[in-house]
Amino acid sequence: MAGIDIEGLATVYPNGVRAVDGLDLHVADGEFFALLGPSGCGKTTLLRTIAGLETATEGTVRIDAADVTRVEPGKRGVAMVFQDYALFPHMSVSENITYPLKVRRVAAATRADVASRTAGELSLDGLLERKPGQLSGGQQQRVALARAIASEGKVLLLDEPLSNLDARLRLEARTFLKKLQRDLGITTVFVTHDQAEALALADRIAVMESGKLRQLGSPREVFARPANTFVANFIGSTPMNLLPGKVLGDGTVSVAGGSLPAATSSTPTDAEVTVGIRPEYLTLSTGDVNGPALRGEVVVAENLGTQSLVTVDCAGTLIGVTVPEETEPAPGAPVALTAPASRVLLYIQDTGELLAAEQASVV
Amino acid sequence: MTTSFVLRRIGFYVLICAITLFFAVPMLWIASAPFDASPGLGVHWPDWTLENVRKTLDHPYAMHSMVNSLLICVTTAVAVTAFAALASYALSRVRIPGRDALLYGLLLLSSVVTGTAAMVPIFVMMFQLGLIDSRFGVALVMTGGLLPAAIFILKDFVDAVPKSYEESARVFGASTGQILRDVVLPVARPGLATIMVWAFVNSWGNFLVPFLLIRSIDKQPGAVLMQTLTDEGGSVNLQVLPVFSLLFSIPVVVLYLLVNSRYGFRFHGGIKS
Repeated sequence: MAGIDIEGLATVYPNGVRAVDGLDLHVADGEFFALLGPSGCGKTTLLRTIAGLETATEGTVRIDAADVTRVEPGKRGVAMVFQDYALFPHMSVSENITYPLKVRRVAAATRADVASRTAGELSLDGLLERKPGQLSGGQQQRVALARAIASEGKVLLLDEPLSNLDARLRLEARTFLKKLQRDLGITTVFVTHDQAEALALADRIAVMESGKLRQLGSPREVFARPANTFVANFIGSTPMNLLPGKVLGDGTVSVAGGSLPAATSSTPTDAEVTVGIRPEYLTLSTGDVNGPALRGEVVVAENLGTQSLVTVDCAGTLIGVTVPEETEPAPGAPVALTAPASRVLLYIQDTGELLAAEQASVV
Repeated sequence: MTTSFVLRRIGFYVLICAITLFFAVPMLWIASAPFDASPGLGVHWPDWTLENVRKTLDHPYAMHSMVNSLLICVTTAVAVTAFAALASYALSRVRIPGRDALLYGLLLLSSVVTGTAAMVPIFVMMFQLGLIDSRFGVALVMTGGLLPAAIFILKDFVDAVPKSYEESARVFGASTGQILRDVVLPVARPGLATIMVWAFVNSWGNFLVPFLLIRSIDKQPGAVLMQTLTDEGGSVNLQVLPVFSLLFSIPVVVLYLLVNSRYGFRFHGGIKS
């Protein structure tokens, strides 16, 4: 088991695209680490550079304190599961699982042993003689995991591990994957474009954009306190409200014709800011409210299952707010929105970075 | 249903029958003539006998030429498949500037190299190499002629082998040789089988190359010997020729059936699509 240290890493493609652009990252021993970002942000390239399938142009990659930047993929002690699983179609499940050992010329008896043991761990018993084509999607994924585990790498790399499963199976596989990683305690890095998957699985998340790191933190930090408007936009199943606002002197910000409380101690009065507030952290009231609030009219309510996303028109600005099921106000109803100061985030308007004064407040 | 529709259908089926007959008659001849006591150039119900078969087996060169044919064609098919596999893998995986132009150039040249146009230079070259009247020389020339097209076809098969198979094997520490042997070749096996059969069939029917390069009658393959199957008077030996034609067609048919039953399927399922 080992940690991964990445320093000043850049991977530049022959056409000049800097897919990974000067990245510093430390993945701790035994950590479940997510690389999250939209398509083309360089997360897969970063994973492939760690695996050695892409050559780093600058910087170093260290696995278990050993510099592996110029080491062949097979000698880095990494195991990888590909997005398409890449199970060898002409080999049986058992041959697939033990192929890493066959490459190292491990005796056939030992290989058979490893195959049955690993298959047992991943509930693949009874499937050892099948060909990949005779397995379901979930089983194929577990065979690919079994093969990676059997290779006894120090680090496990997963490229979009759940993207090829259908929605219901994905949830099952997610739970399975998290439990497996806990049980094995193996340092695992996985790539995903699905923020819900990253939040659910990872111990820490690195949010990437255009080859650069935009935020690094626990799922809770990344969700509740996005470091910039890019992350704020990307994380969360309902998009965060990002509204132009102005800091008022009395610990509030004026936004969308009303005001919200905010930690404004270090921000000059009248400063133009972007106010970020998650729909989940806004409270909708149909009656009268005291203190700073936004007032408006309900436009639509979208049912999300246990809650509804209500869109409110506040002085011409549309604001999303979630309410528990069966409490949706009718369209056209006048409502008031309130939020605790700790949930109202202020971003610098032109750079989109979170204002430093906010650091003090509790997550 | 209008009358014109019915007439059109009738006309269509009559046409189909005529075309079928056109192709069926030679087949019927090759099935009946070998066992007919008085074989001619027409198709009729045979007067059953095995006399022709016996005569063919006793013919001084007939059986021997089959062995020559097998020798030349097996060598050619194996060489074409082996070289095409290596070349197409390299061409498919290594980025070379002007690779596609090179491939099209090869394909274009291949039709010239085995074609009549290149026969004189090839003859001179083989003469200087001392490979005239050599079955190995014939196999060599045919391999050279078939390789470009074989590489071209096989490259498509290798291109279709997903890269993640190889990358996966690489991460597990497999060397290039191991990747080729354990992963790429098995996955591309239907393609290799196709190329092997294609090369065999092409060289089996090739008349021009052995006709020009082989002088001794005891080294001639079946395709060349067939045109010399005449009797003392110089007319076609109708007792030997039909049996010989039948025998000559068997290997190709057998090969097709064999390969189709073994490789007439594609592997799938390793990649989740």
